[in-house]
Amino acid sequence: MRRMLLAVVPAFAILACGGAKEDAAEGGAPEQGEAPAGATKVAEGGASIGGTVKFTGTAPANPKIDMNEEAACKAKHEGQATDPEFVVNDGNLANVFIYVKSGLPAGQTYTAPTSPVVLDQSGCLYKPRVFGVMTNQQIEIKNSDPVLHNIKAVPKENRGFNISQPTEGMKTMRTFAMREVVVPLECNVHSWMNAWVGVLDHPYFATSAPDGSFKISGLPAGTYEVEAWHEKLGTQTMQVTVAADEGKTQDITFAAK
Amino acid sequence: MRKGLRIADCGNGRRIADGIWQIAKGVSGLREADFSNRLERRFATLHPCARIVLCALSLLLIRSPQSAILEAQAAPRGKAVYDKWCAGCHGDDGAGVGSAATYMLPQPRDFTKGVYQIRTTASGELPTDADLRRILDFGMPGTAMPGWESKLTENERTDVIAYIKSFSKFFAGKAPTAIAIGKAPSSSSEGLAAGRAAYQKLECFKCHGDAGRGDGKSAPTLTDDWDHPIRAANLAASWRFNGGSTVEDIYARLRTGLDGTPMPSFSDAVESKVVSDEDLWRVAQYVRSLSPEETPAVREVIRAGRVEGALPSSPADSLWAQAERYFVPLTAQIIVKPRWFAPTVDGVWVQGLHDGKRLALRLTWPDPSRSPDPAWDEWLGRVKQSVFEADGAVPVTQAGDRLVLQFPQRIDEEADRPYFLGGNTRRPVYTWRWTSNPDQATEATGTGLGKYVAAAASAVTHSARFNAGEWQLQLTRSLASADTTKSPIFREGQAIPVAFYAADGSNAEDDTRGSVSAWYAIYLDVPTPPRVYIAPIVTMLLTAGLGTMVVMQAQRREREHGRSNLEEYR
Repeated sequence: MRRMLLAVVPAFAILACGGAKEDAAEGGAPEQGEAPAGATKVAEGGASIGGTVKFTGTAPANPKIDMNEEAACKAKHEGQATDPEFVVNDGNLANVFIYVKSGLPAGQTYTAPTSPVVLDQSGCLYKPRVFGVMTNQQIEIKNSDPVLHNIKAVPKENRGFNISQPTEGMKTMRTFAMREVVVPLECNVHSWMNAWVGVLDHPYFATSAPDGSFKISGLPAGTYEVEAWHEKLGTQTMQVTVAADEGKTQDITFAAK
Repeated sequence: MRKGLRIADCGNGRRIADGIWQIAKGVSGLREADFSNRLERRFATLHPCARIVLCALSLLLIRSPQSAILEAQAAPRGKAVYDKWCAGCHGDDGAGVGSAATYMLPQPRDFTKGVYQIRTTASGELPTDADLRRILDFGMPGTAMPGWESKLTENERTDVIAYIKSFSKFFAGKAPTAIAIGKAPSSSSEGLAAGRAAYQKLECFKCHGDAGRGDGKSAPTLTDDWDHPIRAANLAASWRFNGGSTVEDIYARLRTGLDGTPMPSFSDAVESKVVSDEDLWRVAQYVRSLSPEETPAVREVIRAGRVEGALPSSPADSLWAQAERYFVPLTAQIIVKPRWFAPTVDGVWVQGLHDGKRLALRLTWPDPSRSPDPAWDEWLGRVKQSVFEADGAVPVTQAGDRLVLQFPQRIDEEADRPYFLGGNTRRPVYTWRWTSNPDQATEATGTGLGKYVAAAASAVTHSARFNAGEWQLQLTRSLASADTTKSPIFREGQAIPVAFYAADGSNAEDDTRGSVSAWYAIYLDVPTPPRVYIAPIVTMLLTAGLGTMVVMQAQRREREHGRSNLEEYR
């Protein structure tokens, strides 16, 4: 009986509900993270928060990576390859993600840059290891190694992905729709490969450079909650007030655990 | 939230009933809200009976606000089903941490993330209702998830899916759509060679190993999204594939990936022409060719053929190619403490040959690790972290692998067989115990799993080799018994009860943590008596001889008759 019904139903539907399909395609919930209608603008204030991320104490030695199985990757490293968990130069710490956590004008929305952020895989390591993007901004994931990488995102607020890049030069574009600090990225072929991306719905973020320096510019005057994140050292937050067009220096210090 | 026509939504009897009830409340109000003007105009011209039927059928097909309402109604009904049948493993809150969860590996699905392995949708997308339904109906082979097709009614399954979806915020958004999948090219030996080449080029072996047995270099490091250790699939056991074993199923997994696991999607690689779609189909065909065409049948009697010459001397001996292979499924040992719920070995292939004096058995089973192996320390650590140490501490160091065969001490067809889990003190068993570290096989008397006394001298000899994620072991013993009080005489033409136990040292397994089989039997073929060969030949010769005689006689008669006619004519 049910089988008969199943056979009859589509026939009816085609005959009688000819318009249903087009009709049904309309509506639906908006895409996740789609910018709501209203004013959008790029960063346009004149203030900035910048400074240096400092590191006190002794950083643990970075883990050695056994790349014997991947000669092509091994060749890109001078000597023993290590996993750069702590990049410390003269007491300054790199790969800290600093962003405005709250304090921006309510209801204000920002447009993502049209240019993508490039995430490279080279020498079986991610470059950059820590970076930020805006929601719906393209991330160009590229493989500069002649070996198979898979790139898996394991977010909580966003939908993840797991794509393979079996050859050198392959590029894949991906986006994240929702604000999330941070989304872990990993390669399962090379279990040591990790990267983290901070996804924000505004452009006020930065990652500390090898000399520890960072700068968040284009801010309007205001008082902001700023958070700094490091993969091993966790987070710290601070209140920062900037006047219009002020260049505020805000150094951040992480201590060895 | 109206979606396109979805055949997958058909077949729910209650939706019709609900629909008719809604119609009884007032057809026009319901329809105006749902259908386009065009459709409505057409609809209005119909006979009232036809309207009722159409409305009911439309409810089946169109994901209209109505069906969203129905789904919202289904979810609370699904809760009752879920709480009764699912929560024990998946947890009351759907987070995959029910009371039974930590015994298992892989652990139950965490529904709150909306991440599912087996889908027809792109990487990172939600599954369709039909995808969820498939898993619910047929289960996940190789995991603790059974199929519910015969256990729950149609309505219960529809309702529980609605409830499961309600655990994740992601299902509130746009409904997912299945990716388009073309047709497989026809298979050929060149196609398989191309598939093998693409398997190499795409570096599938990194995880799945050269022979596909899940023993690749990265295999010991693999984790799922919940940081639990996860196996690279053994591609030579297609009947264990969670998403099905056809070439189309395998191709779909290559395209969609298995979300939540390390298995990526190759759709981007196809789209950017890094690999052609045809080559990806070839990979699927090649992967399928690594497994037997049919799911191995379980046969209770393992026949050991008789050879006239010498018995094989090692498991690599070409003589074994002639011996039939029997598949013996193994399952987790969850009765004798310490128990183990997540064993590596789920089956052993058995072959037997004898020469009238000795019996040789060849046992092969997939095991990605030759334990102990430092490369697998990380795996063992993760296993230890992930499972609940219900019966005392799980080993921290890798033991060797092991395989144990047990027999009754005496073959007595009248008597019951000993207790299948290693016998007991009342009815001990006779065992062959092989370990990889040290590589040795001994005879022993067993009085329970892990309780045994080794014989002073062992009459069983062995030869073991580890080859690309598979153990190959030959065990040989004379048919005669060295001590008939402890070990049986193996007689031709007799069914010898046998049971199997396997353990993977890299997976925290040992003498009781491992996998077991039920009782099977080995039957030693009797030599064929000469009359079996001679009788047909004699019969054939007699028939041919008699036939020839009859024909010759007839021909002679014919000739004589012909001659007399001729004479008459003259």
